[in-house]
Amino acid sequence: MIRLEHVSKVYKTSTRPALDDVSVEMDKGEFVFLIGPSGSGKSTFLRLLLREEVPSKGRVYVSNFDVAKMSRRRVPRLRQSIGCVFQDFRLLSNKTVAENVAFALEVIGKPKNTIVKVVPEVLQLVGLEGKADRLPHELSGGEQQRVAIARAFVNRPLVLIADEPTGNLDPDTSQDIMLLLERINRTGTTVVMATHDHGIVDSMRRRVVELDNGRVVRDDARGVYGVGR
Amino acid sequence: MRTSFVFSEVVTGLRRNVTMTIAMILTTAISLGLLGGGLLVVRMVDKMQANYQGKLEVAVLLTNDVSANDQDCSSQPCSGLRTSLETTSGVETVVFENRDKGFERFKRIFEAQPELVKLARPEAIPATFRVKLEDPERADVIVREFSGKAGVKSVDDQGKFLDRLFNVLNGVRDGALFLALLQALAALLLISNTIQVSAYTRRTEVGIMRLVGATRWYTQLPFLIEAVVAGIIGAIVSVVGLILFKAFILDRVLGDLFSSGILPTLSQLDVLLIAPILFGVSVLISALTGYVTLRLYVRL
Repeated sequence: MIRLEHVSKVYKTSTRPALDDVSVEMDKGEFVFLIGPSGSGKSTFLRLLLREEVPSKGRVYVSNFDVAKMSRRRVPRLRQSIGCVFQDFRLLSNKTVAENVAFALEVIGKPKNTIVKVVPEVLQLVGLEGKADRLPHELSGGEQQRVAIARAFVNRPLVLIADEPTGNLDPDTSQDIMLLLERINRTGTTVVMATHDHGIVDSMRRRVVELDNGRVVRDDARGVYGVGR
Repeated sequence: MRTSFVFSEVVTGLRRNVTMTIAMILTTAISLGLLGGGLLVVRMVDKMQANYQGKLEVAVLLTNDVSANDQDCSSQPCSGLRTSLETTSGVETVVFENRDKGFERFKRIFEAQPELVKLARPEAIPATFRVKLEDPERADVIVREFSGKAGVKSVDDQGKFLDRLFNVLNGVRDGALFLALLQALAALLLISNTIQVSAYTRRTEVGIMRLVGATRWYTQLPFLIEAVVAGIIGAIVSVVGLILFKAFILDRVLGDLFSSGILPTLSQLDVLLIAPILFGVSVLISALTGYVTLRLYVRL
């Protein structure tokens, strides 16, 4: 599903590479934690998958997209098959919960009758069926993140990328979000989650890829956060 | 779905920076108004040229000697002059007008001023060849050829007076077009700036749109249409402005010149005829500016 081959990324403004000869493969349906200190290259890793960045060297494959080589015109197709969740939710404050989710479908030109059908379904999946008409500021942080997850998942992506999705949430709420991500993972969606949260990584016992200074320093099939340190 | 979505985006976009939108519309309108003014002057000059074409004559005035002694242009140098005028290329007709006829014509022209007619003597009026040309531009040739010939007192080109009028009108046109150009530059920069501000205020939406895989056109179209809509409103304002300007200012100031036929009348139809040009220019320029701005300055 995701494959990086000897990928390096050097930003123009920096002498040190953000990623240094990284090769990783993630299968369809896997749940992978991407860990490492700030500046270790996690964000660059995720941005390369979305083609927000192009690698300086090496190749990146997501599903059957040759991400580094593809033409700009095909980038929207790639992004339509990847869902994204962030620490800061990134919801539109002037739109209701349902409108926020529907927005993701509207802007890729989905027909209205499809939208009317799938938005309530996905809201039910994330447990927000009663809050479709609320505005984001009327919701708790955990609920807002559920909206963001609903938006990321509504188009049934092959891959869900989560960049510290629990970074702004308390441990109990984080646990709920993790259960939701697990449920999404069980539908066959590959989940890649960058995190600093020891507790979550340790309790989930999923694959852990650790980056440090742009290199993969660990790749455990059933890892914990702090092993060997 | 698509269109309703794009248009709701456009409306929110225009409403959100209402001051910028108004500035953009006004600058565009002024620029187009000046362009329209320039085009109207061009139309007026064209009409005038068509009006006077065929009416203009070159008058070859003969010396006192010829005027007094040769009533029907039968002897030299008068008859020689007539033949050479008639054989000059570009000359349509040559009419000889002797002193008496000239005096009658003078009396007719100044009928309203009997004192002037009373004062005038036929001896003051020279016999004249009235030369009509196929192409008034060729008047120079006649003036050059026949000035100073034996029996010729002077050669008078009526076109010269008109040229001065045309020069004034052309000056007005050039001025209007130059101002239109400057104003267009301001409009251009404003459009570009407004789009950048608009894109900035909507960066969250645009960010999400990119993220979920909206195509480039889908993200850019609202901004582009925003510019074009402002351009169209600007064009409407400018056309309305021109119509009002013509009705309330131009007709009042130049009314006498219009009714006396010195200047050809400009009708509201003339204004409406240039309206499509203004619309076309406006849409083209705003769309182009929008497109270039989005490509160069806004990362969508």
